[in-house]
Amino acid sequence: MPEMSIREAVSLGLREALDADERVFLMGEDIGSYGGAYAVTKGFLEKYGPDRVRDVPIAEAVIVGAGVGAAMGGMKPVVEVMTINFTLLAMDQIVNHAAKMRYMSNGQFEVPMVIRTVTGGGGQLGATHSQNFEGWYASVPGLKVAVPSTPYDALGLLRTAIADRNPTIFAEHALLYGVKGEVPKERYEVPFGKAEVRRQGKDVTIVAYLRMVSVAMKAAEALAAKGVQVEVVDLRSLRPLDVATVVESVKKTSRAVVVEENWRTGGFAAEVASAVQEQAFDHLDGPVGRVGGLEVPMPYNRSLEAAAIPTPDRVVETIERLYGL
Amino acid sequence: MKVAPKLEKTLVQDLYRQMVLIRRFEEESGRLYMQGRIHGFLHLYIGEEAIAVGSIPILGPDDYVVSHYRDHGHALARGLDPKAAMAELLGKATGCSGGRGGSMHLFDLKRGFMGGYAIVGGQMPIAVGLALGIKMRRERRVVLCFFGDGAANEGEFHESLNLASIWKLPVIFFLENNLYGMGSHVDKTHATGRDLYLAAEPYQIPAVQVDGMDLLAVRETVLHAIDRVRSDAGPVFIEAMAYRFRGHSMADPSAYRDSAEVELWKKRDPIETFRVRMFTDGLLGPADVARIEKEVEAAVAEAAKFAEESPEPTPESIHDHVYG
Ligand SMILES: Cc1ncc(C[n+]2csc(CCOP(=O)(O)OP(=O)(O)O)c2C)c(N)n1
Ligand SMILES: [Mg+2]
Repeated sequence: MPEMSIREAVSLGLREALDADERVFLMGEDIGSYGGAYAVTKGFLEKYGPDRVRDVPIAEAVIVGAGVGAAMGGMKPVVEVMTINFTLLAMDQIVNHAAKMRYMSNGQFEVPMVIRTVTGGGGQLGATHSQNFEGWYASVPGLKVAVPSTPYDALGLLRTAIADRNPTIFAEHALLYGVKGEVPKERYEVPFGKAEVRRQGKDVTIVAYLRMVSVAMKAAEALAAKGVQVEVVDLRSLRPLDVATVVESVKKTSRAVVVEENWRTGGFAAEVASAVQEQAFDHLDGPVGRVGGLEVPMPYNRSLEAAAIPTPDRVVETIERLYGL
Repeated sequence: MKVAPKLEKTLVQDLYRQMVLIRRFEEESGRLYMQGRIHGFLHLYIGEEAIAVGSIPILGPDDYVVSHYRDHGHALARGLDPKAAMAELLGKATGCSGGRGGSMHLFDLKRGFMGGYAIVGGQMPIAVGLALGIKMRRERRVVLCFFGDGAANEGEFHESLNLASIWKLPVIFFLENNLYGMGSHVDKTHATGRDLYLAAEPYQIPAVQVDGMDLLAVRETVLHAIDRVRSDAGPVFIEAMAYRFRGHSMADPSAYRDSAEVELWKKRDPIETFRVRMFTDGLLGPADVARIEKEVEAAVAEAAKFAEESPEPTPESIHDHVYG
């Protein structure tokens, strides 16, 4: 199986879609001649031309809104919003329009659009450029939210997102673009709403997504050295959410900790923790734990930033503290 | 303006009928609201009929109309069945949005009525996107996008004008300047003062101002605009000066404007103005008016009856159409 990075996997998925379906086009700030702020669409302009690889002014509301309108009229836009922080300027189009169109029109109109965007901190970009809003979007009926942590999932989920007839937020983590992994040559898809068990264990379940999966895996290794066997569940999509796989794991381990990069208050981990206690209460040996970002705007300073984002150590501490393991 | 002589009698009478239909439909929905049959927000189009009827009937069947929350007039002028519109106002399953949208969110795919939108300015980027799709598919459709003077202060307005201009998209931006956004007068809310079409100039979009109380003036302007837009020359901006005779919504007692102002504008009632002019031109007579009035009254009564007698959406249907 060939190896590739997440950047290459997303890029491949986009090229495939452009090749396969003439209704597909890309639109975003600096995706053309610049090649994309994270170099995902490098070379696209030359290959597909400015009609299908559209550089747009820095105007997020109309970029996303034009995607909504184009999709309603029969196109399949893949809109890139440079980072998830900037989606706040397009929140109206995402939440009030894209997500509502099918329902409010009683199924007459649909918005088969993908919004690709870059989420996450850890790059010392400061408070305005290091946020994680994918969990917010996951609370909106009408939207789907994909969160790949491997190249395999990035390609497989992107294929699903492009084929899907609903507006999808496709969140790529800024620090994961270089992560490499095997991707089969044969066509496959990764469905939404299907979590993946990344590591088997019988003592405690860690639920995570995006970059927190690797934090969970490191915590699992550290705990393994102490004789604690951790199971790691990677959600892969937040909406739809695969509660069943999480619950199944918790039934085996009786303990669960949810890790997310976002602030804990009102964060997505709370949703997962709540689902676990609702559906696996009798199987639990202790409270469902949460590890999240510290409740501060992300500091620029390297060590302060590192302290704000969950680390394997913090996950280990939380597990030891909660369960006395 | 030498348009009237070119108008055919049947067209004149149909345009007149459409304005009267909107007026009576709105009066009836106002009544039904007062009787507690319609809930939520209800924004009437009374006074502004010449805009919808002066513009929308010029479009071809493949063109798109994008509206805002004051959308009944636009929908009816687009040929939306008054029964389906009224049923929507009553939240019924037979409504044009299945009772899921309400007054502010009328939709009709078959007629290219791409929706009423209740976030001020929110429909404008969508209209731009529809126009983008048209251009990319090399179709000859145009998008007619309505919005109010209030919308012209939104960021989405400016972003939309700019993008439509640089990409030369087939969209007509149609500003209905009724001088107020809720209770705020345009003089106090716009740096350009009353002449909001000036806001299109920095974006290099040809812009005109027209008397929105005069159906023929609107029609003439829109005819030119559509020709231009359809020939792929890029967007056009029209500002129609008009006035709503009722409050912003049924919940608004209109305390912010004095009755003298309202009365002054009512003297320029677009339906009356058109009727008098067409009488003079011999294209409409008292007998026609009486017949049309009767037809429309019957249609509105039928719509109300249909809406009243229609079933509510079933409880089981609540999850339908969230995803597809
Ligand atoms: C983004 C947004 N802000 C505020 C409102 C509340 N609101 C509804 S209509 C309206 C006035 C809009 O006036 P205008 O655009 O002139 O349209 P008109 O009602 O006069 O037709 C306001 C403030 C809203 N619906 N959306
Ligand atoms: Mg107004």
